[in-house]
Formats: sequence, structure tokens, C-alpha cells
Amino acid sequence: MSTLQITDLHVSVDTEDGPKQILKGVTLTIDDGETHAIMGPNGSGKSTLAYSIAGHPKYTVTGGSVTLDGEDVLAMSVDERARAGLFLAMQYPVEVPGVSVSNFLRTAKTAIDGEAPKLRHWVKDVNKALQDLNLDPSFGTRSVNEGFSGGEKKRHEIAQLELLDPKVAILDETDSGLDIDALKVVSAGVNRFRAKEGKGVLLITHYTRILRYITPDRVHVFVDGKIADQGGPELADALEAEGYDKYLTKV
Amino acid sequence: MLETKKIESHLNPAGSFDLADHPVPTGREEIWRFTPLKRLRGLHAEAEFGAPTSTTDWNTPSGVRVEVVEGDEARALRGVSGLVPNTRFAARVLAEVPSTLLVDVPAEAEVAEPIHVTVQGQDAGAAEAAHVVLRFGAHSRAVVVLDHTGHASLAQVVEVVVGDGSQVSVVSLQDWSDDAVHLTHHEASVGRDATYKHVGISFGGDVVRMDSNVHYAGPGGSAELLGLYFADEGQHIEHRLFADHNEPRTKSNVVYKGALQGQGAHTVWVGNVLIRQVAEGIETYEENRNLVLTDGCQADSVPNLEIETGEIEGAGHASATGRFDDEQLFYLRARGIAEAEARRLVVHGFFNDLIRKIGVPSLEEKLMATVEDELSKNVLKDVTEVGA
Ligand SMILES: Nc1ncnc2c1ncn2[C@@H]1O[C@H](COP(=O)(O)OP(=O)(O)OP(=O)(O)O)[C@@H](O)[C@H]1O
Ligand SMILES: [Mg+2]
Repeated sequence: MSTLQITDLHVSVDTEDGPKQILKGVTLTIDDGETHAIMGPNGSGKSTLAYSIAGHPKYTVTGGSVTLDGEDVLAMSVDERARAGLFLAMQYPVEVPGVSVSNFLRTAKTAIDGEAPKLRHWVKDVNKALQDLNLDPSFGTRSVNEGFSGGEKKRHEIAQLELLDPKVAILDETDSGLDIDALKVVSAGVNRFRAKEGKGVLLITHYTRILRYITPDRVHVFVDGKIADQGGPELADALEAEGYDKYLTKV
Repeated sequence: MLETKKIESHLNPAGSFDLADHPVPTGREEIWRFTPLKRLRGLHAEAEFGAPTSTTDWNTPSGVRVEVVEGDEARALRGVSGLVPNTRFAARVLAEVPSTLLVDVPAEAEVAEPIHVTVQGQDAGAAEAAHVVLRFGAHSRAVVVLDHTGHASLAQVVEVVVGDGSQVSVVSLQDWSDDAVHLTHHEASVGRDATYKHVGISFGGDVVRMDSNVHYAGPGGSAELLGLYFADEGQHIEHRLFADHNEPRTKSNVVYKGALQGQGAHTVWVGNVLIRQVAEGIETYEENRNLVLTDGCQADSVPNLEIETGEIEGAGHASATGRFDDEQLFYLRARGIAEAEARRLVVHGFFNDLIRKIGVPSLEEKLMATVEDELSKNVLKDVTEVGA
């Protein structure tokens, strides 16, 4: 079972001119096994939503709640949230010089499972996860994200998703910057994850392109820190045809 | 021309063997302005150098001569690297030491095993002077590790003669006890087409100041000056580098990384590069990065690049001092890794690349363990306090 429930979430960031409200009351529930897509124009607050759920220190929650299977996510530290079963594939994965991918993955897996993975299986699992995402096994010895191409960073995020196996994955524009082959490889990875029992996905995207490979249960249109519209997969097609203009003029 | 000369002397004050040319520094001199003179126990001034109280041991791989030499042989070695002292302490060391530890690697010798010299200080109350000469013959290959531990007040000059075409590494490890004071000047003369790697690693001691200088005895020589330091509460660790490009087509590459933790931890890095008129087609790069782990620390980082010729292949420098990168910590923690562990990973990562570049496998593990020890003193402790 996994239910991510976001209720009336208000979030601000600190700016030179004082706090700036970015999320203005977001309510959204991802039920057991569901995939929701969030689409919206640049600057509408999509990454802010993703980072706030993951607990990035830059964002201050000023109201509302987030729960995972009834547990108060906002009361948890960043790493506790991950250990509780949340995973954020970042729009801009961070480079960590001098820390090898294999060391990083093993440390993360150990933290999340509460015990070190069995070495023999683990090496196999890592190699398979990398291969499935079309990443050469030699990535294991490279520093985390350092010198990776944009597409390699995104594929590395999905390799982590499969290895760490969370309850709910938030994918922040994992599709952007990918060529069509990489998009298929990444989508296949996300679909393998979704095929498992009860996994939730919050798929943040700009484009409908990825939704041809990953069919969402629900689509939300995000404008100016709020959900402006929602519907089934057909809403994505309408957005493809008409763009966000009709929502923007309303604001 | 006049101006160039002035700047040249600013980077590298004119040397002299005559003690009378070296007044006691006051602290206002450019080359002393960061150093806490009061804590030097007079090593920079008039401290009386007694008989050595520290014990020095070494291994002697076959074909290599390692010996304490005295008398005429020792006298002939003073300034053998071309060093003309530009500090009072170096001038005093060369004028006063009765003996010299000589490591002599003959031409064309290939010494597989590192020559490991350990200096174990016994008494921080007794000022001591030491002269070390590392002489590598043409086309030889060797690694020398100078390993300093224990209690000492040591003024030291290390001269390195890197023969033509040789490939040489010199690692100097300062892992002193808390009460040690160490002033040391390393001077290397890099021969034609030779490759010299110098590594300065400072962890322990109340005050450690190392000047690591390189000049070239012919064209085509290459010097890599690496360093790693970790300053704790109250410690002063100072590394000064000087690459004097006095020959054409020479290279220098300086990378120093440091971490600081605890009240009053102070590090200084000064990277001087001089590209003389004759030094056409040279390449130089210098980099210093500091990781500030707690409040109350100070890291000074000063790159100086002085260029007298326009015909340069490449010259650059970078200097950065910062706290933990919040984005790196967030990324690791967003994967379930607890804060203390995430900090550990980041610091290890910070030093990792550098430690791998040292190229002495027997040292790598020891250095990682030392970094780990240093971290457990503060970074991790802090986190548990915050978490509690
Ligand atoms: N430190 C800050 N100071 C001022 N404004 C900020 C700051 N951080 C974020 N913002 C603003 O918050 C808004 C939302 O940003 P966010 O990154 O969440 O948008 P997004 O929907 O993910 O955009 P994109 O599609 O470009 O990724 C933007 O208008 C951005 O400029
Ligand atoms: Mg975004």
C-alpha cells in the first residue's frame, strides 16, 4: 500500500526582498499504484512541489500537509523521507566529486534497507540496473554525476529508482533533454517500477511526449503555484493541441 | 623592467647564505604576514639549536645510499639544489647543522620500493635544526616519503636534486602531536625533461609552515606540487608554493586541498608562480580549495601569477573556500543517507581525487584513515549534537 496525500500545501522561498509565496494551496492524492502527471509552464512551481515533498532546505512550508500512508512527511528530515519510501528524481542531478557511483549506491541502499545488501547479488543488481538504462558498467567507478551528459544524469536517476525501490517516485522533468532512444529507455525503467505492486508515481513534465510511453491515471495542469485543471489522459492531448494559454489568461 | 624586478623580489626575496642579510622577521614582511611568530618558539629568530633529540629511521632499498653525512661532505651539500636561503631560519639551518641526512639515488636506478624516512620527535621543548638532501641521478626513478610524528620544534631544509630525465616523487607528511612547531623549506631543482612530484600533507602540529619551491635546471622539466591539510582547533597550517619558471617549456601544476574545523583553526595557502622572460612555452596551473567544516575557522588563499613573457602555452589558477555544499548534502540525503554519513562522503570525496594522485599505494589507505580520524573529532560529533 502507498498513498501520498498532499493537502492545501503552501510553500515560500526566501528572496532578497523577503519570502516569496510559490505554492498557493496544492491538493493532490496519489492512491495506491497510481501514476499522476503534472504539467505546467516554466516557473509555475512544479519543481518547488517536488523539492518541498523531498524536504529541500531552500523551501519553507507555510501551510498544509503531506502524508505518506498517513505518516507526516513534513515532520521528517530529508533522509527520513527517503527511508520512509519517497524518491525524487531531480531535474538537475547534483555532482558529488570523488564519491564513486558504486559507493554511493551501496551507501544509499544500506541506509534505506537498514542493512548492507548481500554483496554477490548487489554487484549483479547494480550492473543490471545500469545496463537496463544503457549505462556502461564503468559508470560504477566514476564520481556521482560528474562529467555525465544531461541524458546520462537522467538515466542514472532512474537506475537509482529501480535499485532503491521506493513506494512513491517523484520524477521532475526526467524526460527533458533526452533524445527519443533515451526517452524510451527511461520510460521502460519507470514502467518496470510501476509494474510492481502498489507503486505511486508523480510525473512532472513539460511535454506530452513521455506520456506516449507512460500512461498516467490522472493529469493535473499546474499554473502559478496551483492546480488549474485536472482530468484523465485525454487532458494531456488537449494540452498538446492547445497549450497552456487558456489557463494563463485566466490568471 | 624596474617594476618587474620589484615584483620578482616580492614573490621571492633575494637570497643569501650570510646570516647578517637576514634580520629577524617582525611579521610585517610579505612572506611572514600570515605566520604567528609568537608561537614559533624562536625558530624564526634566535632559538638555540641543540643536539637532535628526535630519532630518524629509514629503509635502504638496494642500490640506494641513505646516510647521515658530516664534515666536508655535508658542507658540500649545503645549497646543492641551488637554494640560496631567503629566510633567516633556512640560512641558520645551513650555517649551523653539523650533519646532513643524504638520500642518494644513483643515475638510472629504478627503485621500486618507497624510501621511507621517519622522523620521530621526542621533545617539543628542544629546538632542533635539520638538513635533508634527496639527490636523484639522471634517468632514475624513486619515491621518498618523509614522515614526521611526535613532539618537536624543528627548523628544516630539504633540498631535492631531480636529475635530468628522472621521475621522482617526494612526499612529506606532517602528522605531529599537538605541541609541535615545524618550519620547513623544500627546494627542488628539476632537471631537463625530468618529472618531479612533491606532496605536502599536514595534519598535526601547533604550527606547521612549509615552503615548497621549484626551479628548473634545464628546459622541459615538469613539476606537480600536491598538498592536503586538515587544521583542527587552534592549529596554524601554512603552505607556500613557488614555481619559478626560469627555463623554457617547463610545466608546473599545483593542487592543494584543505579542510578546517574547530575554533581558531587557521590555514594559509600562498601559490606563487613566476614566469621569467626566458621561459617561453611554459604551462602552469594552480588550484587551492578549502572546505570549512565549522564556525570559527579561517582559510587564507592567495594565488600570485607573475608573467614576464608573452609566449605562454597556458597559465591559470583557481581558488575557492566554502562550506559544505548544501546541494550535495541534499542529494545524498534524498537517497536515504543520514546527514553524518553524507558529510563523511562529501569530505572523503573532496580529498579522494587528490589522494589518488599521490601515486603511493601504501600511503593512500593511511591517509584515508587519517581523514576519517579527523572527521570523527568534529564533523560527526557536531551532527550527533544537532540530532540529539
Ligand atoms: N530563490 C528564489 N528567489 C526568487 N524566486 C524564486 C527563487 N527560487 C524559485 N523562485 C521562483 O519560483 C518559481 C517556481 O520555480 P520552480 O522551479 O518550482 O518552477 P518549475 O515549474 O519547476 O519551472 P520549470 O518548468 O522551468 O522547471 C519561479 O518563478 C522561480 O523563479
Ligand atoms: Mg522545474
